Amino acid sequence: MANQNDRRIGLSWLFKMAWRDSRRNTGRLVLFMSSIVLGIGALVAINSFGDNLNDQIEGEAKELLGADLEVKSRTPIGDEVRERFDSLGFAMSEEMAFSSMVYFPKNAGTRLVYVRAVEDGFPYYGDFETAPQANSKEFTTGQNALVDQTLLLQFDAAPGDSVKIGELTFNVAASVLKVPGQSAITTTVAPPVFIPLRLMDKTGLNQLGSRMEYKIYAKYPDDFDPKVFEEFIAPWLEDTEYRFDDVAERKEEVGDTYADLTGFLALTAFIALILGCLGVAGSVHIYLKEKVASVAVLRCLGASGKQAMGIFLIQVVGMGFIGSSIGALLGASFQAFLPGLFADFVPFDVEMQMSWLAIAQGVAIGVVASLLFALLSLLRLQKISPLKAIRASFETTEPDRYRVIVGSLILIFVYAFAWFQLSDAWRALVFTIGIVGSFAILAGVAQAIIYFVRRFFPTGSSFVLRQGLANLYRPNNQTLILVVTIGLGTALISTLFISQNLLIDKVQVSSSGDDRPNMVLFDIQTDQIAQLNELAKTYEMPVLNQVPIVTMRLHSLKGRGVEELRADTTSDVRHWVLNREYRVSYRDSMTDSETLLEGKWQRKVDNPGDSIFISLDERLIDDMKVELGDEIAFNVQGAIIKTYVGSFREIDWQRMQTNFLVMFPEGVLEKAPKFHVLLTRFESGEQSATFQQKVVENFPNISVIDLQLVLATVDAVLAKVSFVIRFMAFFSIFTGILVLIGSLLISKYQRVRESVLLRTLGAQKHHILKINTLEYFLLGSLASLSGIIIALIAGALLAWFSFDTTMSPDFPILGLVYVSITALTVLIGLSNSSSVLGKPPLEVLRS
Amino acid sequence: MSEEIILSVRELTKTYASGSRSLTVLNAVSFDVKKGSTCAVVGPSGSGKTTLLGLCAGLDKPSSGSVSLNGVVLDDLTEDEKAEVRNRHVGFIFQSFNLMPTLTALENIMIPMELRGNRDAKARALELLETVGLADRGKHYPAQLSGGEQQRISIARAFANKPSILFADEPTGNLDGETGAAIEDLIFELNRDAGTTLVLVTHDLELANKTDRVITMKNGKLHTDKATEAAI
Repeated sequence: MANQNDRRIGLSWLFKMAWRDSRRNTGRLVLFMSSIVLGIGALVAINSFGDNLNDQIEGEAKELLGADLEVKSRTPIGDEVRERFDSLGFAMSEEMAFSSMVYFPKNAGTRLVYVRAVEDGFPYYGDFETAPQANSKEFTTGQNALVDQTLLLQFDAAPGDSVKIGELTFNVAASVLKVPGQSAITTTVAPPVFIPLRLMDKTGLNQLGSRMEYKIYAKYPDDFDPKVFEEFIAPWLEDTEYRFDDVAERKEEVGDTYADLTGFLALTAFIALILGCLGVAGSVHIYLKEKVASVAVLRCLGASGKQAMGIFLIQVVGMGFIGSSIGALLGASFQAFLPGLFADFVPFDVEMQMSWLAIAQGVAIGVVASLLFALLSLLRLQKISPLKAIRASFETTEPDRYRVIVGSLILIFVYAFAWFQLSDAWRALVFTIGIVGSFAILAGVAQAIIYFVRRFFPTGSSFVLRQGLANLYRPNNQTLILVVTIGLGTALISTLFISQNLLIDKVQVSSSGDDRPNMVLFDIQTDQIAQLNELAKTYEMPVLNQVPIVTMRLHSLKGRGVEELRADTTSDVRHWVLNREYRVSYRDSMTDSETLLEGKWQRKVDNPGDSIFISLDERLIDDMKVELGDEIAFNVQGAIIKTYVGSFREIDWQRMQTNFLVMFPEGVLEKAPKFHVLLTRFESGEQSATFQQKVVENFPNISVIDLQLVLATVDAVLAKVSFVIRFMAFFSIFTGILVLIGSLLISKYQRVRESVLLRTLGAQKHHILKINTLEYFLLGSLASLSGIIIALIAGALLAWFSFDTTMSPDFPILGLVYVSITALTVLIGLSNSSSVLGKPPLEVLRS
Repeated sequence: MSEEIILSVRELTKTYASGSRSLTVLNAVSFDVKKGSTCAVVGPSGSGKTTLLGLCAGLDKPSSGSVSLNGVVLDDLTEDEKAEVRNRHVGFIFQSFNLMPTLTALENIMIPMELRGNRDAKARALELLETVGLADRGKHYPAQLSGGEQQRISIARAFANKPSILFADEPTGNLDGETGAAIEDLIFELNRDAGTTLVLVTHDLELANKTDRVITMKNGKLHTDKATEAAI
């Protein structure tokens, strides 16, 4: 027996063979790599954007906060904070922020906005971007307002016009383009209007019940030692009821938010990559099947199984590398568009630079992914018997042990990737299960199609129909690969449409029906109630509900004071329960959005000394750690009121209605200082607008939310979000199309032979056209329908679990998706066979 | 001629399982082939000729029995060890040529030598190309060659590693009479020059009779084993 070392073949020979073999297969190998190009491109673009975003957050952390430290509270911040900051030499600037109506006298327009009354000084870092550029000193010394740009556009107003906030009319000094730390999406929900803090009292808006947020921004002196904050200020602030953020914390919060965003988008890109990899798996499978004879010959000539496999492994890895590199380059150029795409979501301008890390990661992931998905076919090469060289029909009967191993490796890869992107083992698992589930459903659909077409094959039907149908199940068919790739892409885009409809429907349904309110007025003072009712009557708007609200804080829970509970690190009571300001109402009965779960509803307290039994939202059972009968004491603006848990309620929070965590019985809070909420219903937009104008004119402190505003806001936010998601879904759809083109071209040789044979046997052009049209129509049709069905299932589940509503999908849009995808499949399929139709059969075969 | 045995086959049996049944395609076949001799295996379709060839060349595993090739017992060798034996000692000529379609004629001839780590592979391949009369076709791919030319390349490849034994499976089966005859002549000529042992499987009795000895297979068994007139 010869010495093994004598003929040890270097890697160089394998590379040489891989290169030689690839010269005649360039086109097909390019097809493999094209499948992964888009997925990698999307991945690199997103991760590169994420890296740039992190760099930006790191570099502009102070601008995100606008200061070194921010202290905030729902109640006025005590002087002890100012005194302490002052003693440390901090510069300070204060803010009061709240929701209020604004009124544009120019055209009598009104809208609920987010008013920020600020002092000169803020922001200490970064600046307001305004047009014209406003001088903050001038702005705070005059009676000026800086108004959100889109708000001005909405009301056709401009700098120089006036805007009324509360009792005061301000000059619009400039329109606000960008505010430090705020993204466009947050200003869509609550457009900001800045006014000088010193004029706050004159607006008359700081009344009982106004939901104020008080803030102190501080700037450290130049020689400030950060340790003073960590060791002295932070522990002291933690013991107060105030919340606070320093630059490091804000950086972390913002970083986490965008890590979630980019993580989610990277997973969408990853789906495109997996789709591409399925394309690779399908193409490599067919490609390597055709290599069986060559491998058998190589084995006859003395190559080992591993060497034979090595040649094609090098090809796959090489193509994976080239494909990933092209994808990475493409991604690097895509990323130029991303800052524009995400401009509304990010509170600063992201400067894009090449992230070499993202590129290296993308290439590595592309290589590993293409290798993993081709591995099963590659490993099978090892087992090809040399006997096949002399007996082509010879089949190895060994069981395919690799299937399980490769399947497990792919699962581990998908999970590891998701974990890497999400940094959360559980969410990564859910993603992996979701992906596997969707693939399994689509693969099941494909197998069912194959089974049913075979089982119920219309043997007596026309030749064309039989040929077209048979193409769905005969060897090397495209059914599985196309149903999975096109199906998943369609599912993604259809789910998006369905979810959008669900959200819009949900908002509409919440106020549909004649007796449901579609307008809420809040911050109403007790002495305004009668006049407001009168005004509503004038406008023929029914007062559907009028709810008194009393604010209070928790004083003690089961005999233990709030301070004690806060300090007790072993306590399970959630901090939000201890710190929040409770807005409580009282009535003698439940509304139709409430269901009693446990205990008894106390309608009224008859005598002043009687026990007070309150009703709690069921969520407080866990967060407050209370049971029926437990004692809870509230501090109602100075007076301590002792109560007992009388019942727990389940509340449907999604209705446009007032709901309360804590409900008191009648006979307790009637005399407490309170304000009111009024619910009414308008029938037309005009009625709503004129009523709101009158309300703002007469009662500037009252705020109004109407359904139109909510719908418009939801619509605006969704439009921005869905654009980004559609952009990402595009990668999946387009990858699906590339895989489709790839699969069809890979099988072209076989198909051409078959078509030529048919032509030789006398089939005419129209026969071939009809057969191919039918096959691709069925494939495109079934793939897109499967995708739409998956989207409908996902939509139904979303509707059931997340939105608590029923789904009413937009069928015309889904129909359009179906027609487009099917038409595209037929078109690509037919272009594939066009070469057969115009030429003599022998010429086609020779070429 | 040396009396040394290059191929020794003992009680060779091959059985395939087919569901619950088993099918014996080769049944206790034994024979020896002397070094430098030529031998033809003939028989009707399904008689076990190709199975016998596959087992003799170590392309398949017997169900029982033993094969010894150039002094190496193949029975217990791993697949990779058998591949090494093939590379060192065996040359193949196939009915359907089995050239690698993606490699040029020259590269096809180079493969066995490259697998052996031979640094002069290209020079030797060029030499062989000339020997088979296709010196100007080295850069052509198999699809650009006629059947006869492809088989010439296949023959050149078979002789590339100067094998001790050459297995030919219906080498002229896919060729017309005239081209087939030329190929036969080429095989015998090269074989004679190189002193290689030739085992060929064929339906063609005329071709078989050009060898020293004809083994006839019938129903998986060795039916006859006779010296030919050529040998005499």
